[in-house]
Amino acid sequence: MTTKSQALLNWVDERFPLTSTWKAHLSEYYAPKNFNFWYFFGSLVLMVLVIQIVTGIFLVMHYKPDASLNASGVPVAFAAVEYIMRDVPGGWLIRYMHSTGASAFFVVVYMHMFRGMLYGSYRKPRELIWLFGVGIFLALMAEAFMGYLLPWGQMSFWGAQVIVNLFSAIPVIGPDLALVIRGDFVVSDATLNRFFSFHVIAVPLVLIGLVLAHIVALHEVGSNNPDGVEIKKKKDANGIPLDGIPFHPYYTVKDIVGVVGFLFVFSAVLFFAPEGGGYFLEYNNFLPADPLVTPPHIAPVWYFTPFYSLLRAVTYPLFGLDAKFWGVIAMGAGVVIFAFLPWLDRSPVKSIRYKGPIFKTALVLFVIIFFILGYLGVQPPDNGGIKDRTTQICSVLYFAFFLLMPFYSKMDKCKAEPERVTS
Amino acid sequence: MKTRAMKFVKRLLAAALFAPVVAMAAGAALNLDKAPVSTDPAALQNGAKVFINYCLNCHSASFVRYNRLKDIGLSEDLIKDNLLFTADKIGEQMKIGMTRDNGKAWFGAAPPDLTLVARARSSEFGSGADWLYTYLRQFYRDPSRPTGWNNKVFENVGMPHVLWELQGDQVANVEEKDDGHGGKHKEVSLELKKPGVQSAAEYDKTVADLVSFLVWMGEPMAESRKNIGTFVLIFLAGLFVLSYLLKKNFWKDIH
Repeated sequence: MTTKSQALLNWVDERFPLTSTWKAHLSEYYAPKNFNFWYFFGSLVLMVLVIQIVTGIFLVMHYKPDASLNASGVPVAFAAVEYIMRDVPGGWLIRYMHSTGASAFFVVVYMHMFRGMLYGSYRKPRELIWLFGVGIFLALMAEAFMGYLLPWGQMSFWGAQVIVNLFSAIPVIGPDLALVIRGDFVVSDATLNRFFSFHVIAVPLVLIGLVLAHIVALHEVGSNNPDGVEIKKKKDANGIPLDGIPFHPYYTVKDIVGVVGFLFVFSAVLFFAPEGGGYFLEYNNFLPADPLVTPPHIAPVWYFTPFYSLLRAVTYPLFGLDAKFWGVIAMGAGVVIFAFLPWLDRSPVKSIRYKGPIFKTALVLFVIIFFILGYLGVQPPDNGGIKDRTTQICSVLYFAFFLLMPFYSKMDKCKAEPERVTS
Repeated sequence: MKTRAMKFVKRLLAAALFAPVVAMAAGAALNLDKAPVSTDPAALQNGAKVFINYCLNCHSASFVRYNRLKDIGLSEDLIKDNLLFTADKIGEQMKIGMTRDNGKAWFGAAPPDLTLVARARSSEFGSGADWLYTYLRQFYRDPSRPTGWNNKVFENVGMPHVLWELQGDQVANVEEKDDGHGGKHKEVSLELKKPGVQSAAEYDKTVADLVSFLVWMGEPMAESRKNIGTFVLIFLAGLFVLSYLLKKNFWKDIH
């Protein structure tokens, strides 16, 4: 480095921790060398977040959160989306990136969460990383839910109507709470405007804050790895973990491979199937919102459907409270219960590689159940028929996976962890 | 190192990701004919002519500007001289004179804007194009309806058969059939009683062109989207190879 640029860097370093931050988080942050496929998804989540923020900024330049009708009798918000799709140069690309990005976000987040469950990344000392992660997941669900109202199509409107109405099932405060969320007695212009505000300002701020906390906490304790052993236990004379390699350049160049691979799949959907077969952009949402016409079948977008199934599984009133209320509790619990994983897992080892047959079976069953619940969530209920019964059985098994974990993870016959990571 | 359980998990995820998920909505099943959708400019231009002459009196296409028709190969003068009925300037949108209140009073429901109809009518029974193609060919005479017309796909629809001169008069033969569960169900079959100015094959072609135009209108950039997409994928495939080689080079000392 020339002396001049070195002098400039020194000038900055005396006033801002530039070099030390670079070292602490990239060039001298030692990550285990045995990351596999599943470890791409952390950086991919971050990239999709950036895609959503950047495309979102450009969408807001042309979008109008206005539920009133224009001269052709079309809601202004709905017309604004079509204006972006047709009259804004490159607008269709930005919009499809954002709508495909929403689904991609959940794909990569679910993969990232599953990675944590496979290798016990939530275990001590990474409980806080996991808790921040669950916070990110919750914020992401709020972000997606409120963003889905903005195109102001039939599914936007009725989906919001159904979900906000759920809050009114909460005893005592419910009806008022639903009123506060909507800002009106039905989903209306007031709802559209406050959801817009939350979607573009409040929730993204929370998301970015939580993502920062997630990464800071991760870099404090160091990354887990597919073997679930702590690389910091074996260090060389300089205090560098024997199985650790600097994140930069090793994982930056490796993550570029993951990013390009992801972008390939993402672009294939974006350019050749942006509707995602009616799952990424629902067909009914090409009709403008009409408060007087209820669609025959209202289903949430695919990424919510496993939790929506938990909600619908509860059909019995309990303690004098409506079944709907307990359904809301089940749905909320289904999400929040992930936060308890660090304390539910009592296994002596972290990674699935060394866990016993019971845990492996339980995790495989959990994945199957998650997919079944997701599938059933887009189906119309069949009034106590085979689908509803399956939903109920799967919901019980869903919670059993978590609640019985302290017992089966403890009694399981685990293999011994290796001293060092295996390659 | 991979255990058998891990392999099973991987296979399961792959199956779940790529399995086509079929959703069944509430309501009766529809038997839709496959629409021969075309992107041929001649077909789209004919479709535009039919659309503007027959549909754009009651239905608007309020997101489409007339000059967008240049995308399907029409010149500005051709549009101005032959197609510009509901607007003065070529940059204006395809709007109509009829108000929504009038539409509601006259037809029972305001005729919907058709810009996105081909996308909105998609369902598990077929594409939006299939629905439109079937719908526009299955009107039949029904004296019990205020317009004198009914439709096999969209029962008791408020819209009369606007293209009847072309297709002619169809009538419905209703047969009561055993549904196998002890009940009866009605089966409607259509029969062409009085031919129109077009033969059945010609009429199918007219409707196919119209539907192709409606599909184009639903997403005018669909073709350029796919073209750009091809280049993007080729570029990314190349970039993937390069990034993989870069990674391999950096990692050659890591064991």
